[in-house]
Amino acid sequence: MTVAAERMVVTSDAIWCSGLRRRYGRRTAVEDVSLEVGRGEVVGLLGPNGAGKTTVIKMLLGLVRPDAGEAMLLGRPAADPASRARVGYLPELFRYQPWLSAAEVLALHVRLLGVDVSASEQHDLLTLVGLGERGGDRVGGFSKGMQQRLGLAVALLADPELVILDEPTSALDPIGRVDVRDIVLSLKSRGVAVLLNSHLIGEVERVCDRVVILDRGRVAASGTLAELLGARELRLQLTDLSPAAEARLAVTGEVERDGDWFTVALPAEEDATAVPDLVRDLVSLGSRVHAVEPARISLEERLLGILRAGDGGDQ
Amino acid sequence: MTTTRTVLTIAALTMREASRRRVLLALTALTVVLLVLSGWGFSRLAAESGPNTMTSGEARLTASILLNLVMFGFSLIAALGTAFLAGPTLAGETESGIALAVLARPIRRSAVLLGKWLGLVAFGCGFVVLAGLAQCIVVWATVDYWPPDPAVALALLAAQTTVLLTLAVLLSTAISPMASGVVAVGLFGATWVAGVVGAIGASLGNEAVARVGTVSRVLLPTDGLWRGAMNAFQDPSALVQFGGSDAEAFPFLSSASLTVAYLAWVAVWMAMVWGLAAASFVRKDL
Repeated sequence: MTVAAERMVVTSDAIWCSGLRRRYGRRTAVEDVSLEVGRGEVVGLLGPNGAGKTTVIKMLLGLVRPDAGEAMLLGRPAADPASRARVGYLPELFRYQPWLSAAEVLALHVRLLGVDVSASEQHDLLTLVGLGERGGDRVGGFSKGMQQRLGLAVALLADPELVILDEPTSALDPIGRVDVRDIVLSLKSRGVAVLLNSHLIGEVERVCDRVVILDRGRVAASGTLAELLGARELRLQLTDLSPAAEARLAVTGEVERDGDWFTVALPAEEDATAVPDLVRDLVSLGSRVHAVEPARISLEERLLGILRAGDGGDQ
Repeated sequence: MTTTRTVLTIAALTMREASRRRVLLALTALTVVLLVLSGWGFSRLAAESGPNTMTSGEARLTASILLNLVMFGFSLIAALGTAFLAGPTLAGETESGIALAVLARPIRRSAVLLGKWLGLVAFGCGFVVLAGLAQCIVVWATVDYWPPDPAVALALLAAQTTVLLTLAVLLSTAISPMASGVVAVGLFGATWVAGVVGAIGASLGNEAVARVGTVSRVLLPTDGLWRGAMNAFQDPSALVQFGGSDAEAFPFLSSASLTVAYLAWVAVWMAMVWGLAAASFVRKDL
């Protein structure tokens, strides 16, 4: 039994892939990528340009053939077209038949899916993405933003169980970005799994349950936001610091000092007593505490940290 | 069932593309111009060559040659049209990204390719059959000549269009849209020239030169089918009138009808080239 077949018996994850590899000539685009997206889970795919994010997505959808590795969508091998029956996809390069109207593009995809989606439902979908009034207009006359909105409608057609969005807001204005965020949150509330590839870290931070960071074709880090952003910090303004108090600070975590300001790294796990205990001990050791500011590392800082660490490792 | 639905959906889409992109309009306009011009030419021929200047045999020979000439024009338009349609609709869609959303649907790529091919075949064959039939009627109305076997002739013209189109489809799965059109039309022209060279060789009794035509007709059957179509358009007495075996060297008369073996080879050729196109398209990275 293949790994994929074994997996099929025990899981029906929305996305499961293992050891995906793809080379273009001598250049490695994707090397040993494994990831999972559970049913109803929203997972963000992050990484710099050329990290292999779009190639991974295309391999999952059967658009690019992997050199090695296995992938499954909704419990079926990705090589089987039927695995994509309940999958919606907005490509990074979103282009739709310019000689068709927006409504005709939706009707075409309904026929390709082989399902019944009433005309009113199709119209509602166009309205949802802000194209309700433009359904009869040729796609050739659409702006990039409108084509991306149409792509979103195509991806949401026929109530998919998994939606893969590759840079869904790249051509959208700020209002469009908020619309996409609301749509992803609504998918999440309905239990639809989403794989979201985006450069907008704030967007990913707001909607995703988990994040997978790709760098140069490999998974550089992955985990829930709490796991990835676990590193918390505490900034303190202290005077009259005794050696014993300094030692107490050092026990808590790595300390950086800038004049009266001390930045202490806190343990990753949430601990409600760590901060008050530290402040009580510092006061009892004779220190005067002027300010206590908790801080959390942003996803952006964490991403940059991971990517820079990867660069450093190479040198 | 799903495959049939996909094939028919994509075929209908391809035909709609041809009509929406004004290809249909352009072809219709071109055809009407050609029909009117040839109608005028044939009527002048009838007016200036009364019973006193030309025997009935000569008149039928002239009508046959001119009919074949105009039909060659139509087959050229069909060849250019379908070869340049196949490029954008396949290679163009994969280049632009239109294919991404379509091929991410639960459908087989071979079904998409078959649908595209079928749509192009319907379009190309529909054009040559309708335009060819209109031309036959124009000739009949002006000089009172009706080809001996118009149905076979038009079917062979349609087969010629299908052969070139299948080649263009194969090319467009491998190379850019522009290059696929240029190569397909270039090969079409080269095969026609090779056919003429081979016919000259045959009339001179030079077997080596004659073989050029035979080999090219096997490699790309467009010229072979075209010669079969000409044979069915022309009057049976035309060859004798023109000068017997010398007529073989003339590019707008054909000395023999096609054999069943050759037609079987054409079918095998199409199946092989289509199979290669499908294998190439299925493996293509988008």
